[in-house]
Amino acid sequence: MDYLNKLEQQSIYIMREAFNKFENLAMLWSIGKDSTVLLWLARKAFFGHVPFPLVHVDTTYKIASMIEYRDRLVREWKMDLIVGKNEEVLNSGVTFPNGKATRVQCCGTLKKDGLKKVLDEHHFTGVIVGVRRDEEPTRAKERYFSPRDKNMEWNVEDQPPELWDQFKTDFDKDTHIRIHPLLHWTELNIWEYIERENMPIIPLYFSNAQGERYRSLGCAPCTGMIKSKAGTVREIIEELRHTKTAERSGRAQDKESEDAFEKLRRDGYM
Amino acid sequence: MQTNAPTEQLKIVIVGHVDHGKSTFVGRLFHDTGSLAEGKLEQLQLIAERRGVPFEWANLMDALQSERDQNITIDTAQIWFQTKKRQYVIIDAPGHKEFLKNMVTGAANAEAALLLIDANEGVQEQSRRHGYLLNLLGIRQIAVLVNKMDLQDYSQARFDAIEKEYRQFLGSLGVTPKCFIPIAAKHGDNIASISANMPWWTGPTVLASLDEFKLANRPVNQPLRFPIQDVYRFDERRILAGRIESGTLKVGDRLLFSPGNKTSVVKTVERWNAPSSDVATAGESIGVTLTEQIFVERGAIASLEVNPPNDLVRFKARLFWLGRQPFRRGRLYKLKLATQEVECEIEAIERIIDSSTLGTITRTEDEVYVGRNEVAELTLRTKRPVAFDVHADIIATGRFVIVDGFEVSGGGIIAQDDYPRRSVDGSIRSEHIYWSHGKVTAEHRARRNGHPGYVLWLTGLSGSGKSTIATELERELFNMGKNAYVLDGDNVRHGLNSDLAFSPKDRKENIRRVGELSKLFQDAGVITIAAFISPYRSDRDLVRQMVAEGRFIEVYINAPLEVCEQRDVKGLYSKARAQEIKEFTGISAPYETPLQPELELDTDQMTVAESVARILEYLHICAEEDEISI
Repeated sequence: MDYLNKLEQQSIYIMREAFNKFENLAMLWSIGKDSTVLLWLARKAFFGHVPFPLVHVDTTYKIASMIEYRDRLVREWKMDLIVGKNEEVLNSGVTFPNGKATRVQCCGTLKKDGLKKVLDEHHFTGVIVGVRRDEEPTRAKERYFSPRDKNMEWNVEDQPPELWDQFKTDFDKDTHIRIHPLLHWTELNIWEYIERENMPIIPLYFSNAQGERYRSLGCAPCTGMIKSKAGTVREIIEELRHTKTAERSGRAQDKESEDAFEKLRRDGYM
Repeated sequence: MQTNAPTEQLKIVIVGHVDHGKSTFVGRLFHDTGSLAEGKLEQLQLIAERRGVPFEWANLMDALQSERDQNITIDTAQIWFQTKKRQYVIIDAPGHKEFLKNMVTGAANAEAALLLIDANEGVQEQSRRHGYLLNLLGIRQIAVLVNKMDLQDYSQARFDAIEKEYRQFLGSLGVTPKCFIPIAAKHGDNIASISANMPWWTGPTVLASLDEFKLANRPVNQPLRFPIQDVYRFDERRILAGRIESGTLKVGDRLLFSPGNKTSVVKTVERWNAPSSDVATAGESIGVTLTEQIFVERGAIASLEVNPPNDLVRFKARLFWLGRQPFRRGRLYKLKLATQEVECEIEAIERIIDSSTLGTITRTEDEVYVGRNEVAELTLRTKRPVAFDVHADIIATGRFVIVDGFEVSGGGIIAQDDYPRRSVDGSIRSEHIYWSHGKVTAEHRARRNGHPGYVLWLTGLSGSGKSTIATELERELFNMGKNAYVLDGDNVRHGLNSDLAFSPKDRKENIRRVGELSKLFQDAGVITIAAFISPYRSDRDLVRQMVAEGRFIEVYINAPLEVCEQRDVKGLYSKARAQEIKEFTGISAPYETPLQPELELDTDQMTVAESVARILEYLHICAEEDEISI
């Protein structure tokens, strides 16, 4: 069994544990490469079906083609999509693109609080999220089954032990569990898997006419492109094998202060 | 970074006493293998400068604010690097006693371990405890790094002394480390290249010893263990999903499901967007469909009948406890083993061990518990049978965790013991069990009740009128002052027989149990009205043989199939015709009519009252013979 198979089989196991243990389960889908791989793995785990709703937290500042792509795949794969928006904040206009909030504040209200609203409205107790340990240091410490308290806060100093594929599936009411089936994958693994499975992926990751591509997808105002000639999945893999630049280097909100992202995550950001 | 694609990945955990230099070592290892992102080193050096503190390699891993402040690794973090040979996942586990659960989390996920000992401080409490736990967690590949050799002037004598002491400790656990290496992580001595500071050391380096570690083999040649995670019915298929933990499974295999003793044959192996194959091996998350639909749910472990797991309520184990509250005798806890969950309690504690000294901890009689960070050898008892193996035989089904409240609080491995082996058909029968006779006889009971006990066995197709007649008869008898009770097929399947489906084998077991139950009711002096389709002649005859001579009355409730189907009170026939129900008697499963029933009632020609009257009449005849009226 090669290492991609090992990663895949482990993720399937985790996904099935989640589906068995949580009555109100949803999966976050950001349209990006990771959560689209997650979606693919769900179909593997459940033999072609996606037996829980997908949640997309829409900040309304997403790159336009992401939304078109999202709606097309939902139709083709017959999935149940819930779109969450923080209407209150959007209506008040206190956002970074309007110049009325910092990037981190904007992420906090539109994404983090937007997510909390959806969870509360639908009473989700389990949320599958496509974060990976190699993305950035705080995620390196995550658990596969990671509890959040009623304010969505993450107590990183006191995490449950996780051994022998026995996960935290007993929890108090008002809390919820984030499930991270891709935790042990790297960015390179994701692309190798996309190639192996011949999976569809949003074309924003491929080099455009100006010789630029997105390496990580987010809101248009805060997500930069990288210089790259990689126009195919294979070329992206080759590029990643040589790069020494961090994956989220194009994500401006991580850089507002030394511990900006760490704070966001403790507060319940994905 | 290597340009060739890695073909394998090895997970290693870095453990050791607090401040013995794990994070520094990891940072240095990362740097020396060229795995650092561009600008990362400069960025961290700049941050250190801005704060007016010296740059520390440890900061590379300790990214969280609170850790930078305390300078200890609180949680297990993972990063990746590559050598020419393969990719590594480094799990940096904390060394502070407070964070043992994080160390356990890290180590449990690793295939090999590097254990650091400070050359200055020597072997400490956590050095020993971590060594003990690595062994308990099943990690057999260990290299010991004697760090901070620079603080001991790179002294060979100091290195030798530490090696001797720690090798002896590991030896007492039965552990042989792969090697001891003298290093100074801060300066990179003996990490990627042989250090000029220790001319007496000829190797290996840490990297070389890492590449010597072997990948864990998948246990494909061990007995099959396929724990069921879930049963899916997303489409027309009924799929049992799970991961094969050991062995090999193929289409046509007869699977035994434990606990319980149901069997069925693998019809298909299910996968999605993967090459189709009729075989699946250890490590694969797959699904299977079965030829006979039997009742199986999450928790069952499928095996081959020739080599099943134990199926018992008691086992011996070695356990470590991480919970805030101690693990106490007299309290119930949740035990999770593979996909099974069952309540358990401590039956006896044989020994409590201080894992940092290997000494025995003694407690008074009334203080039976395992405290936080302690290790124990004990016997656990479960409320229901669990399927398990001895850890030394099959790892995945030989270990478990204990949940206290909402928290996973301990883990353990199952030790060797004289576990009774099951017979091939699974039912544990002992030749030393005798029927115990009380002092109250059947005649005493009959005199008290005014009638003897009977088993009135109502058999017939679904919809023939068994239950209707049974309940009416029960009321009549009750009103006459008799002890009567109805055992109804549907009701029994809700409880006593809720684990059975409708395959011939399960139907047989269903009737066998009901037969035994009827026998006990009859023996207690009750007029037992058993209303069961019981389609097989041999099964009904089996019950007849169980019950006391002359007390079994077979009543054939006879109505033509067309009549039953027309009545279809429960809507079952239409479902069976639509193939929503498989193996439905009369439609897709046989009904063997009784050859010589005591009574035959044609319910398409008789009313319920007439049928009841006929049975009462028959009982009167019997009663006359017994000289006890009814």
